[in-house]
Amino acid sequence: MLKIDIQKTMLSAEGNTNLQVCSEIQENELLCLFGHSGAGKTTLLRILAGLTKPDKGRIVFNDTVWFDSEKKINLPPQQRNVGYMFQDYTLFPNMTVEKNISFGQKEKNKEEVDNLLLLFDLEILKNQYPEKLSGGQKQRVALARALAAKPNVLLLDEPLSALDFEMRLALQHEIRKAHELLNTVTIMVSHDLQEVFHLATSVIVLKNGTVINECKPADIFKENYTPNYCCFTQNITEKTAQTDIHFPTF
Amino acid sequence: MNMENQDFINTLLLTGRLAGWTTLILFIIGFPIAYWLAYKKFWLKPLVEALISMPMVLPPTVLGFYMLLAYSPQNAPGRFLAEHFNTRLAFSFNGVLIASVIFSLPFMIQPLQNGLTSIPKSFRETAYTLGKSEFTTFIWVLVPNMIPSIITAAAMTFAHCIGEFGVVIMVGGNMPGETRVASIAIYDEVQAMNYHTANQYSFILFIISLLILTLIYSMNGKKKIFF
Repeated sequence: MLKIDIQKTMLSAEGNTNLQVCSEIQENELLCLFGHSGAGKTTLLRILAGLTKPDKGRIVFNDTVWFDSEKKINLPPQQRNVGYMFQDYTLFPNMTVEKNISFGQKEKNKEEVDNLLLLFDLEILKNQYPEKLSGGQKQRVALARALAAKPNVLLLDEPLSALDFEMRLALQHEIRKAHELLNTVTIMVSHDLQEVFHLATSVIVLKNGTVINECKPADIFKENYTPNYCCFTQNITEKTAQTDIHFPTF
Repeated sequence: MNMENQDFINTLLLTGRLAGWTTLILFIIGFPIAYWLAYKKFWLKPLVEALISMPMVLPPTVLGFYMLLAYSPQNAPGRFLAEHFNTRLAFSFNGVLIASVIFSLPFMIQPLQNGLTSIPKSFRETAYTLGKSEFTTFIWVLVPNMIPSIITAAAMTFAHCIGEFGVVIMVGGNMPGETRVASIAIYDEVQAMNYHTANQYSFILFIISLLILTLIYSMNGKKKIFF
């Protein structure tokens, strides 16, 4: 179980925002952090990974304290054993696909690397360098590398945002596969309702740094948490109804 | 081989030895300093950066003068070396080498620092989340992704050392086989109106510098090569 109770002042274009999250995430949960840009989703992910220090609070994974501002405990990322997948995948350009994956391992084990290559359908690409890969292939390599470290928690920062719609659909399957293989906590940042609905087992909705709801994926459709494009569509529909606009018929 | 030819070759070898040792020493001490300046935050950082860059704006004679003062047995550093190691650095190869290392600091450190800061922060962060230490990340992730900067730093330092004049003549004087490097030999030969020998030295320095700069530009494509 991952217990989070943190506060962090975030700098944004609109001024300072206070990120305040208090939550408990159960084992095997695939949690989605949902909300508008600047809500604090990525900051929360970075705090969990140990890349950003909260102002105060406490983070505990099972019996291990990762962060405790009162006791001045702040484990570095190396000791938290998390797998963090950045938006741009950050594959190391000097390493082949196979080397990128084996670099993630704590102890070298070629058999496990071969299994991951097989699992993510990367065998044929194992000697390729990242610059030769498509977005979808990079995403699979980054997932395989994160899994190679056998992390306690898998953190995915908008893992599918750089891909086109069809690729996103296909790779949602890979994320689910990675989550099931690890059999632990996965936390994913997403703006995409469809993605949240298909992948998440639970959702935290963030707005201006504050948790406004913790719910099941289906529940976010009931509330007005929709991202910009949905609001835009909704506004157009409402406007059309109000102003009696007539679209041409063919 | 007559004496003049032997002198000529010895002077060029000494020039190469000084530039080679300076580059090697700076390579070893330059990386930790560049890493520290690139990634660590501390309030004295602007002062440290300014001090390292001083040789780029300071007349070499100023640094040479202070180095001579430091080497003098009348002052603490020189006295310490004389009393404990029976060494005098003024007008010796080692004295010139130390001055050369200090004078070439920015030529090694600034390209390395720029190379390190140009690598996305997320590379280091990814390696840390994979459990890798700062040292492992440095060796396996950072160094391989900044090879052009490393070559630029080493080549710039070597080329700069080959052309050094002011510091060498202040600290080392003009002692054949000990401190007389090619740039001083050119000045010396011109004073003696041996234009042919001066021309030979000059041509060799010209060609070496041209080759080094061509190497740097070819490594960096059309990018601005330093600083």
